[in-house]
Amino acid sequence: MPEITRETVQKIARLANLNLTGVEQDTYAGQLEKILEYVHKLNQLDTTGVPQTSHALPLQDVWREDVVTPSLDRDEVLAEAPDPSGGCFRVPRIIE
Amino acid sequence: MSIDYEIVVGLEVHVELATRSKIFCGCSTQFGAEPNTQVCPVCLGLPGTLPVLNREVLNLAIRAALALNCELAEHTKFDRKNYFYLDSPKAYQISQFDMPLAKNGYLDITSPNGAVRRIGITRVHMEEDAGKLLHAGQGGQIGNATSSLADYNRTGVPLIEIVSEPDLRTPEEAYLYLTGLKEILEFSKISDCNMEEGSLRCDANISVRPLGQAALGTKAELKNMNSFKNVRAGVEYEAKRQIRLLNEGGRVVQETRAWDAEKGVTRSMRSKEEAHDYRYFPEPDLPMILLTADMVETVRETLPELPQAKRVRFQTQYGLNEYDAGVLTATSELAEYFEAAAMGTNPKAVCNWLTVELLGRLNVEGKTIAESPVKPGQLNALVKLIESGELSGKLGKQVFAEMAEKGEAPQVVVKRLGLAQISDVDSLKKIVMDVLAANPGPVAEYRGGKAATLGFLVGQIMKVSRGQANPQKVNQLLREELEP
Ligand SMILES: [Zn+2]
Repeated sequence: MPEITRETVQKIARLANLNLTGVEQDTYAGQLEKILEYVHKLNQLDTTGVPQTSHALPLQDVWREDVVTPSLDRDEVLAEAPDPSGGCFRVPRIIE
Repeated sequence: MSIDYEIVVGLEVHVELATRSKIFCGCSTQFGAEPNTQVCPVCLGLPGTLPVLNREVLNLAIRAALALNCELAEHTKFDRKNYFYLDSPKAYQISQFDMPLAKNGYLDITSPNGAVRRIGITRVHMEEDAGKLLHAGQGGQIGNATSSLADYNRTGVPLIEIVSEPDLRTPEEAYLYLTGLKEILEFSKISDCNMEEGSLRCDANISVRPLGQAALGTKAELKNMNSFKNVRAGVEYEAKRQIRLLNEGGRVVQETRAWDAEKGVTRSMRSKEEAHDYRYFPEPDLPMILLTADMVETVRETLPELPQAKRVRFQTQYGLNEYDAGVLTATSELAEYFEAAAMGTNPKAVCNWLTVELLGRLNVEGKTIAESPVKPGQLNALVKLIESGELSGKLGKQVFAEMAEKGEAPQVVVKRLGLAQISDVDSLKKIVMDVLAANPGPVAEYRGGKAATLGFLVGQIMKVSRGQANPQKVNQLLREELEP
């Protein structure tokens, strides 16, 4: 019984705002299944005594002081916006 | 038979931290700028940019956690909360999920009858604010809008979210919790808590259950309450709605509802089913934060005395009653003013001048204590003049009025108007003798046994001295002169 079904792919696609064809859904289900199998191999490792890790880099406590630096020029900010209005990004009606 | 229900409320409060720059970039957090003038590649979520945590955000968040009696985490990290909406240009919000900054705190609230209730704080975490949307057309309602406008000045403004346990039992308790929370945050200079500018926002989780039942009822999340009074009214309405529903045999649906302050009702907000699947994962661009004991202690030292502790101290140290202590600790500025003015003199007298005369006057003029024309040192000097007998309490009011009018020191006013109390025996004796000589009738009456006449003679002396004679000394001298 595979873990990644067509329904799982459909749900992930919906959450990621992707429209996938039926063929694509099957392709990705197979690929994701293979990836999961690979990840499961890691479970065979004995990790006793290894602390839980959330970050790959051995960095901590990186920060900046609370100093204001110049922002972008607004014309530059809106230069690539398809339909700017009143200094804002304008988008079509949100609720159908 | 109708069942008695209990209301169960938990509050989620978002507070804007009082920093100059945003949480992960150097853009200004100043309110009221032209749209999209306080944005940069980081807060616009442009690809290839790296967020870097503002150290002051961490300091203020730790301060808030300490002020709310929380346990601070040793390790804390940021996570991505994924969602697609116009207010977030990155399509995710940097927040904290399973390793929040702090947990298990509390806030004590005091109900009007004096009972203290401890309200649990589940967690305090740091996150970034989202952008502001304007919906064009038909009253600015999103449902009727023809198009929407996005301003990203707010995107990346630092917030802390403070989540309470479902410990609140009445709309009034929710109100008291919020006022208590605001007081602490303002006192500790964590946030300006300006509700009009959105610096403090509140959502409420509301459910009801039959009295005595342990299990929680189904909750509704109530949003869109832009004042504490609206929270109280919204909670009250929503709880009543749920009770009515249950009494009619219906059931409460778990949903998000919006408070309509104008109509005084809550209504269901349509939300997409998957909207709550945020797929949190650790933010790879921000390293882990290790909170050392040193770091926490350094912040603890900057934590001011909190209102509740101050109120208690004002009663024990200055001998004030609970009411006065409450008035004087309403803001940190007022409390500081009082302590400066009370230094080395009678604190109760200072309290009276401050609360009755000065605050009354400031109120009428619409001024804050910081704008007071009478400075703490000047009020201190006035009370000292009265306490030492150099100025009568009655004339004190006249001096005070001049001080408030002209911003002068009391000694200057006393000298200018010649109001110093006459206490030296020689000057007083002369006035006493003059008055006795001018009133042979009353003098004879007093000697004849009519003791009340003494009051009349004192009055005459005060009148002749224009109120400046020291009343105790006048009484003493009169008795000496009149007694055989
Ligand atoms: Zn920025």
